[in-house]
This record gives sequence, C-alpha cells and structure tokens, in this order.
Amino acid sequence: MEKFTVHTGRGAPLRAGNVDTDQIIPAVYLKRVARTGFEDGLFAAWRAADPEFVLNKEEFSGADVLIAGPDFGTGSSREHAVWALQDYGFKAVLSPRFADIFRGNSLKGGLLTVVLPQEVIERLWDMVEADPSTPITVDLVEREVRAPGVAEPFEIDDYTRWRLMEGLDDIALTLRHTDDIGAFEERRSPWLPVAQ
Amino acid sequence: MARTMAEKVWEEHVVRRAEGEPDLLYIDLHLVHEVTSPQAFEGLRLAGRGVRRPDLTVATEDHNVPTENVLGPIADKVSRTQIETLRKNASEFGVRLFPMGDIDQGIVHVVGPQMGLTQPGMTIVCGDSHTSTHGAFGALAFGIGTSQVEHVLATQTLPMTPFKTMAVTVEGELRPGVTAKDIILAVIAEIGTGGGQGHVIEYRGSAIRSLSMEARMTVCNMSIEAGARAGMIAPDETTFDYIQGRPHAPQGEQWDAAVAHWKSLRTDDEAEFDHEVVLRAEDIGPFVTWGTNPGQGVSLDAAVPAPSDFEDPSARAAAEKALAYMDLEAGTRMRDIAVDTVFLGSCTNGRIEDLRAAAEVIRGRKVADGVRMLVVPGSMRVKEQANAEGLGEVFTEAGAEWREAGCSMCLGMNPDQLKPGERSASTSNRNFEGRQGKGGRTHLVSPLVAAATAVRGTLSSPADL
Repeated sequence: MEKFTVHTGRGAPLRAGNVDTDQIIPAVYLKRVARTGFEDGLFAAWRAADPEFVLNKEEFSGADVLIAGPDFGTGSSREHAVWALQDYGFKAVLSPRFADIFRGNSLKGGLLTVVLPQEVIERLWDMVEADPSTPITVDLVEREVRAPGVAEPFEIDDYTRWRLMEGLDDIALTLRHTDDIGAFEERRSPWLPVAQ
Repeated sequence: MARTMAEKVWEEHVVRRAEGEPDLLYIDLHLVHEVTSPQAFEGLRLAGRGVRRPDLTVATEDHNVPTENVLGPIADKVSRTQIETLRKNASEFGVRLFPMGDIDQGIVHVVGPQMGLTQPGMTIVCGDSHTSTHGAFGALAFGIGTSQVEHVLATQTLPMTPFKTMAVTVEGELRPGVTAKDIILAVIAEIGTGGGQGHVIEYRGSAIRSLSMEARMTVCNMSIEAGARAGMIAPDETTFDYIQGRPHAPQGEQWDAAVAHWKSLRTDDEAEFDHEVVLRAEDIGPFVTWGTNPGQGVSLDAAVPAPSDFEDPSARAAAEKALAYMDLEAGTRMRDIAVDTVFLGSCTNGRIEDLRAAAEVIRGRKVADGVRMLVVPGSMRVKEQANAEGLGEVFTEAGAEWREAGCSMCLGMNPDQLKPGERSASTSNRNFEGRQGKGGRTHLVSPLVAAATAVRGTLSSPADL
C-alpha cells in the first residue's frame, strides 16, 4: 500500500447523497478476478447516461479529490468500489457521512475518506464549480482539509492514521500476534461448529 | 457492569487488546463466495500465506450462477472464469465448497443457517453486506470487504474498533398479512438508510420475539439497508428449536452446555443502548418502496410522495431524482402501479417459509397476463423441501418459472435481469438504480405482496384478491 501523508489536488463535485456502491461500480464489473483495471466501471451507468455528469465534464478531468454528499458508499460490501475510485485516479473522498463497510474498505486500501460537515462540503462544491483549478489539500499529518479560505480539521483515529502514513499491511501487523491467536484457539468452546 | 448482547459477544472474541489499537477479534465462521474472494486468495498466494483455519471456512457459488441449466458450463465466459477460480482456490487452500448442482449449494446466507453452522454467540463474517442475516441467531455477523476476507483467511481474526449499539423495539401484535419484511422496511423508512451507521442494532420487543427463525433472518438481513453494521436478536427457544438436529449443531452434553451459554448472551436488564427506536406493530402495514433507496418506502395503502413533501433539501432532491428514474408521478396510488416482473427469492426472502406464504396466495390462481414471475429458492435444500410439499407445482401451475438456487435477480450479475425500463415487484433487498439490470426499476415488497402482485399485475396485498 502506498503511504499517504499530504495530498494536494483538484476537486470533483458530486452533488448527490446516498451514492450506493452499485452506482460507484455496477455488479457486471465485479465478475473479474483481477485486482486492477476497474476504472472503466467507475460510475459506469451515470457516465454513459448523462453528459452533464461531473466526470464527463472537461473542466473536472484529472480531478483526484471526490467531494460527495452524505451517505456515500451505502449498500454492497464490494471493495471494487474503492479499487475503481483509485484506478480512476482518486486519492481521497470527502463526505458528511460514509457507509461503514465502504469506509473500512477505503482505509484498508489507502483511499483516504474524510468526514466533513455538510456546510464545508457545500462551500467546497461552490468553490470548485466556480473555479475547477482550486487546489484542495488533504493533510493526514495535521488531520486537516485546506482550500482557499478553508482550514477544516477532521477526525481519524491514531492507529489508522499511523497505518496509512506508514503504508502498512494489516495482515503483516496481525501476524505478529500469532501466539495470541493460538492461545485464544485453545480456549474456544468445544461445541463450536467446524465446517469439515 | 450491565452489557448488551453485542458487547458480550464482542468481549468473548477479543484475542488481543492494546491501548490505542483496535481490538483483535477472533472469527468463528468465514463464509466465502465467488465474487469477493478471488483477489483475496490471489493476495495469499503472492504473499506465500495459507488459510489458517480451512475448517472454519465454507464456500458456495451463488452470485454469478444461472438458475436454469445449472449442470452445464456457464455460458457467460467472465462469470464462468470467476466460478472456476473459486473452485481452484477452494481446492488449493483446502476450503469446503458447495458448487452448482450440489444439494448443499445455495445463497451463502441461506446455507449457513440451514446446515446449523450459524449459532448464537458466534462471530461470522463474509465478503457480503447481507451477512447481517446470521444475527437472527444472536451471532455478531457482519459484511466485510475483500482486504478483510484476505485478512480472515490468513489469520482467522480481524482488527476492529467497537460498534455503538442501537435498540429497535417493536411491541405489539402484527396485523394479518403483515410480515417481517414489512417490519424492516418500516424501520428503514423510519431511521433512514444512514440511521444505523456505526451501530449494531438489536431488535427487541414482543413482535420480534413472536417471529419465526426465518422471519427473524429477514429482519436482520436488511439491517445493512438501515446503515447498520449488524443486526441481532436474542436467542430463545425458537432459536434452539431451529438449530437442534441440524448437521452441525452440538449434540448430547455439548448441546446442553451450548444452550446454557447461549441463554447467558441476552442483553442485561440494566444495559443501556446508545440509541433507541420504538415502533408499534399495529401501526405497520404491508410496506413497499417507491424510490431508488430502501428508505424511500410507504405503506401499500399510500400514494407516491411528492418531492415537496420532504423538508430536507437533499431528501427532496433525492426524491425528484428517484421519481424520474422510476418513471412515477407523485400522487399515484401505490396500488395502481403495474409491474411486468415479480421476483420471489434472495437471501432476504428465499427460504421455505417465504415460498410457503407466497404459494398459499398463488394456489389455484394464475399469474396475470404480461407478468413474468420468477420463483428462485435460496438453496437447493429449500427447493427439495418445496418440491416435497408440492409448492413447485403450485408455482408452475400458476404460470411462474420455478428455478434453481442462487442470488438470481437480486443483483445484475447473472442471466436473471430486468431489461431497461422494466418494472419489478421484488422480495430482494435493494432498489438501487440498475440493481436488477441496467435501467430496471424495482419495488421492494414482502413475499405476500409479491404473490398478490403477480396475480393482479399491480402492487397488491392478498386482501385485494
């Protein structure tokens, strides 16, 4: 996983709430067995149907910070939604509220999801729509999102922040505690089912 | 200190706790299917890791599978590759797999409970958001992403930060014709699709206690549609009766020890939840959705709402967008909405009781002209049971298609899909844009409403027949 510290880029305003993962990447793209190359599936239905959709607009091409409405990433647990956003080039998503599984997936994979108040999201929308070249900085070190006239702190727990900044693999971290896992397994109740 | 059931199950599974770190939780059962696992197995292979506990891991084929001609190769090459990849991974890593054509194959959330693998007090995960289904037994069960699937395969644990707790209490007696599906749709409409975010919901109250095990699974299944990580119901005699005698249920002295433990899991009387919501069972009627998220629902007796009915600007904008996608006009009575497809099945409503309830309505009647009805059992065991009871015949005689087990038309990943512009009454769990096929329009309903709608061709309850 790539390390994430500070990223400055341009914003894409997605003025919609309740963006479910079926919209982020429709199920038909989930049949693949590879881990990369999902950019063509990102918002595929909306990109195909609506010339005015934000990712179809020339002025937002190359934007890499997605600014979305509340309840982003609801629905299916498909981590392909995170992969599609990353493969397309997004480094961070800002929203007033994320669905839990999507948020967990994004922070595992190094896509920084940042919770900001609705009014800040609206200011950022207005700002990047007025000037798509507006620089937006997502600073994980200082836990702050910055744009001209905006310096908004955000919350992220110390452990996740550390893991993202170091680019650490969760599995390798857990495997340091194999003895604890083995000891726990000795204590498990004898009636618990086994599948074989 | 008084604790909730979710907190008790959590505490029992903490492998390691350290200041400033997430708890490391042990996972008792890991369910696997073809869609969210290939990249996880590939990750193991690249890192030279194995599956720590293949004996606590079970795989089934469900999302991609066609529901007819299941003994031949899958026509869709990409789907076929994904299924073949699962078979290869299961064999290489020693994971038990139920492939198409196997009597134990079916939707992952139907298979676990029917085999007795789902038991109270367990931690259960799957790379599928509807893993919350298993919470009906008093298990802590939640959906995970593919990175976490790989993590569980490699370590049988997950680092997790504790959830908040929410009580959803439904007191009273359900009116005739009102089902578990109507309860959960009403709950979602009440708290919203983000209302449960960060929480484990415990469903309580007399209306919940009186539900059968399968109805409880329907309720917990859609906890995710309320934004919650998991849903749980305290285990009781209904739970124990359901589990006893199943292939993986404890036996003899082990059974007694297990039941004694399971009884200790219920939430302490003095325990406090972070949030509480109360509904009266008598206030709930047959419930249907009109929009493109599961929170956009109303009573079948109501009409399609107008965007101006919503005060919140984002809810108003969402309603406007949903009505355009659904091609509906505000003020249209829900009962006047005609459908061309009825789908009965899915991990929400594809169990034997669902099929029985629908068959009771359909028996001796015909599916309306111009309506296609798909009946898809949640597992091959469900199909076998339904056939033994003559339900398959009831469906085919009425003109419905009686298929093999799979996720089918719940999601657009296999041949069972809506065409652009088609409209369905569906017992599944999501009415998102394009969920049942590109351009398709979905109304979420209970099995009773699905059956009555198939007969009349417009959204209906059995009382309308």
